[in-house]
Amino acid sequence: MSAQPHSVTHHSEAPKSFIRRYIFSTDHKVIGVQYWLLALAAVTVGMVLSWLFRAHLAWPHLVIPGFGGQMRPEQYLALVTMHGTIMVFFVLTVAPQSGFGNYFLPIQIGADDMAFPTLNMLSFWITLVAFLVLISAFFTSGGAPINGWTSYPPLSAVGSVSGPGQGMGETLWVISIGLFCLASLLTALNFISTTIEMRAPGMSLMRMPLTVWGWFVTAVLGLLAFGVLLAACILLLLDRLAMTSFFVPGGLVFNDTQPALAHAGGSPLLWEHLFWFFGHPEVYIAILPAMGITSHILSNFSRKPIFGYKAMAYSLCAIGFLSFTVWGHHMFVSGMSPYSALAFSFLTLIIGVPSAIKTFNWLGTLWGGKIQFTTPMLFAIGFVSLFVTGGLSGLFLAQPSIDLPLHDTYFVIAHFHLVMAVAAIFGIFAGTYYWFPKMFGRRMSEKLGKTHFWFTFVGAYLTFMPMHWMGIMGALRRYASPGGLGFVARMAPIDIFITIAAFVTGAAQLLFYFNFFWSLRHGEKVDENPWHATTLEWSIPSPPPHGNFLAAPHVYRGPYEYSVPGYTEDYLPQHLTPEQVAQTAEAGS
Amino acid sequence: MNHTEAEAQPIANITWAGGPSPLAVNKKKLGMWLFLLSDSITFSCLLIGYSYVRLASPDWPRPFEFYPAIVKATLMTVILLTSSLTMVLGVHAAHKGERSRAVKYILFTMLGGILFDVIHISEWINLILNEHVTPFHNPWGSPLFGGAFFGLTGLHMLHVTIGVIYLGVIAWGFGTKRFAAEDVEVSGLYWHFVDLVWMFIFPLIYLINVTPK
Repeated sequence: MSAQPHSVTHHSEAPKSFIRRYIFSTDHKVIGVQYWLLALAAVTVGMVLSWLFRAHLAWPHLVIPGFGGQMRPEQYLALVTMHGTIMVFFVLTVAPQSGFGNYFLPIQIGADDMAFPTLNMLSFWITLVAFLVLISAFFTSGGAPINGWTSYPPLSAVGSVSGPGQGMGETLWVISIGLFCLASLLTALNFISTTIEMRAPGMSLMRMPLTVWGWFVTAVLGLLAFGVLLAACILLLLDRLAMTSFFVPGGLVFNDTQPALAHAGGSPLLWEHLFWFFGHPEVYIAILPAMGITSHILSNFSRKPIFGYKAMAYSLCAIGFLSFTVWGHHMFVSGMSPYSALAFSFLTLIIGVPSAIKTFNWLGTLWGGKIQFTTPMLFAIGFVSLFVTGGLSGLFLAQPSIDLPLHDTYFVIAHFHLVMAVAAIFGIFAGTYYWFPKMFGRRMSEKLGKTHFWFTFVGAYLTFMPMHWMGIMGALRRYASPGGLGFVARMAPIDIFITIAAFVTGAAQLLFYFNFFWSLRHGEKVDENPWHATTLEWSIPSPPPHGNFLAAPHVYRGPYEYSVPGYTEDYLPQHLTPEQVAQTAEAGS
Repeated sequence: MNHTEAEAQPIANITWAGGPSPLAVNKKKLGMWLFLLSDSITFSCLLIGYSYVRLASPDWPRPFEFYPAIVKATLMTVILLTSSLTMVLGVHAAHKGERSRAVKYILFTMLGGILFDVIHISEWINLILNEHVTPFHNPWGSPLFGGAFFGLTGLHMLHVTIGVIYLGVIAWGFGTKRFAAEDVEVSGLYWHFVDLVWMFIFPLIYLINVTPK
């Protein structure tokens, strides 16, 4: 290796014009921030939608402005559909992977940009168009689609006969998600190429930060999963626009004033298989980057090497692999053979093994560390807490005999919100508080950050824990007015409690908005390494210049060399040469 | 030697140690391979979906006569395979630095793609106008036949058409020394993939739907 000169591609000068520099930029850092801001806009919309339908669930007779009286069932369903779609695709997929991954993956492996910068820009703009197409569904005459974020046929395949939002609104939904798949495929192949091709000399696979492992495995999942959803979207679009019947069986009647539909011969199960073959890897696409960020931050603020680095890397790969074998556990009630259900159940429970490895290693990292309770550290610990809580209910749902009564109840809502949604959001918050100083050269307010953490952490539990009980008592999801069912009506006080908790938690996010935008201009200025961390992003100025590295970086050691015996500082950066290390050690002794 | 120094030795001569790209694969080639991997999954899903509805439909039609449908499809297969051969020759010439020869072979490849499209579209027109096949209806049996046929062959035809445009850009860029031989090779990967997909569509759409004697 030493014989060959390190081929740093000589990056061009930073573009001068505002548009080339900040709008149509090919710089991975600008694109990362663009993705992050897109996710911020999306999460704001998604959160407001959730407030609206939570308000309806708590107070069904409430008149909300803009809804023309009390909320109608189709309006309620449109809200939950758009909430789920926006949150899963445009927040949980965009922010941790495309946002932070774009910004920090090249820097952490010592590269000056992604492998395909122009393709990267294209991916962002396709994603943005996809988001706008989705939002425009609200403004069609029938309104937004009403079939949930999973878009199950035949409701989703037959047009407005199945509901007001199922006309143009649902078509826009399919087009939006198809575009999103395309953009995510391009991003994924970009991430993989970058990780394999562009690592600095000495950055072997086993010296990559676990964040990079998280993004890399996620990119592999994205590459293999989004193509499946793309195919499913093509077929669904054909069903809707070309009147084919891939997902529609014959003889469907929606109401007694209309004859049976002309469709014949298809099967809704085909969609379920295609969708969940994508859908299960998708939940890991949301959570794996957050796992990487959590590992990174726990090690940093425990001032200890990550416990079991290799086990952490391998367990990420194992979770990624297993995620492709378990899609059937979303379909236990679809009439599948009990023997298939047994196999899917078994494989699903196996995911508990690598997940437990990760959890114990996180705890092992904390054990005996000199823990610094900074805001990013609190959110990382919060991630571990939520992941464990939500993961345990996953063990219930993985078993067909327990899943049958719990399917489509609030128990499922509680499960996936804790383990996938809120946990991944905590990963995003942790990453934001942690890397903000690097991205903008200033620190976010710790006081506001900690307040934000406690409100969000306690609020998330207060919102979602009661849903477990509601689910076990039989409350069903996707019912606009469950109060008509006597046994559900008795749960009304719980619904009110949840709604209030959701409002308070949501209001606490204003602290975050304020902290973020205020700190951009007024935060405390920091040097290049405010957290005394070891990885390459902390070896360059804050914010990083165009092209990232002033001199071609070289890597000499693993990513988590904290509290190394025999060394004066309690952190040993990856880029320090052995000579520099020896000098520092001499000077210290 | 303490822990610090022992850890500090750079890993020497390991393929995956970072630095110059591992396995001597350049970025563009790896990117194209990854794209083809994901695209093959999209096509696989469509083919699996097609197989699923075909198996689930008792009245699945088998409308293709030996002449003209199978003869035409065979001719298209031969044309596409030949275009892959000219593509190989083009890549070979490009690597030897014979620019005009490489461009000539790429143009032959494009010609193959165009011929393929022309025959395919004539077949589509025949099916639509004379046999009255639409994506949602056909005179023979399960209405899914039309959707599957037009969906799969349409997506493949789109790939061929994009490939012809892509090769045109490559031929122009390589002829004017804007692109390197590597770029020709990467475009060749795409072309062979499109060819390979057809080798699945030909038996699965055409051969198993031949009218039984």
